[in-house]
Amino acid sequence: MSDITAGSAIREPYRHGQSGAHGHGLFPATGHGKGGPASKFVTVAYGFWIFLLSDIIMFSAFFASFAVLSQATAGGPTGKELFELNRIAAQTGLLLTSSFTGGLATLATHRRSIAATQFWLLVTGLLGAAFLFLEVQEFATMAHENAGPSRSAFLSAFFALVGCHGTHVGLGLLWLGTMMAQLWVKGFRPDLLRRLHCFALFWHALDIIWIAIFTLVYLLGASP
Amino acid sequence: MSDIESRIEEDLDRRDTAPGEESTTEHELAGGLSGYLLGFSLAILLTIASFLAAQTNLIYQPAVISALVVLAIAQMGVHLVFFLHITTGPDNTNNVLALAFGVLIVALVVIGSVWIMAHLNLNMAPMSAHQAEMMP
Repeated sequence: MSDITAGSAIREPYRHGQSGAHGHGLFPATGHGKGGPASKFVTVAYGFWIFLLSDIIMFSAFFASFAVLSQATAGGPTGKELFELNRIAAQTGLLLTSSFTGGLATLATHRRSIAATQFWLLVTGLLGAAFLFLEVQEFATMAHENAGPSRSAFLSAFFALVGCHGTHVGLGLLWLGTMMAQLWVKGFRPDLLRRLHCFALFWHALDIIWIAIFTLVYLLGASP
Repeated sequence: MSDIESRIEEDLDRRDTAPGEESTTEHELAGGLSGYLLGFSLAILLTIASFLAAQTNLIYQPAVISALVVLAIAQMGVHLVFFLHITTGPDNTNNVLALAFGVLIVALVVIGSVWIMAHLNLNMAPMSAHQAEMMP
């Protein structure tokens, strides 16, 4: 059993989350109706996975409305005129690399190296911030060119979808900063490892949503 | 059941794997630093392929949409396997089932909306010039 879960026995003296009478040893088998509930690390991460999937379902509604409204430009500018694919390529590279360095941070937590974890988390955050900067810049340029969200249904759907993703990235950055501060103060506590793990899941999921955005919104919108 | 037998069964069935957690069986293709590196390079290749497919004439023009969708789904798969460590292993059953349900709902929402709205659009009565002038 990994030491990720080992701490929960101390934190849960009554072992509510663990098996009762049938348990052999500290952490007996889980799943398949045997041996009681899974460890807290697994249940927390699974709950967060359910949240992420429901978040993706929410995004699917934004994607559906964008797909329906993508031709409804009301005589205004189309995606082909507005989108700068160089910027999108840069954003894609930044977010993908940020997802990768987030993975490196996860690997560093396995080694229990605070310095490496903090370093890779910082790189992840900086890349995410650069991504967000490019996106805000794009939005500002579009709003300046009288192509804001109120111009047409297409632009409303565009700003809702891409802005929602940008908001997620922004909130993720806040979360990342909090995690770095907590890691600094508290070290690798079991609850912190769970939070870090959830953050890593969140960050990778955001990159998956960005794949759909750059393909369906930008590449399809700008293609001839 | 003897004590030894039940213990073996428990070892086999030791635990579920949290989503995103690497499976306890190491040295898998998708594990460790090499897994992240492999996933990263695959994702870069697929991204470049997407941009090439959209920006050049390498692909027969009407097929570009399908190519982009396939490339995007492939890249999502790469992310799921190499970054989120969602595998088909028995310890991952719960994670995969949740994902499958999520994908089902996403597909229903997106395909259903596009399908129905396209039909509604076709069935709209054409607007007369007078009505068009009345539009805000």
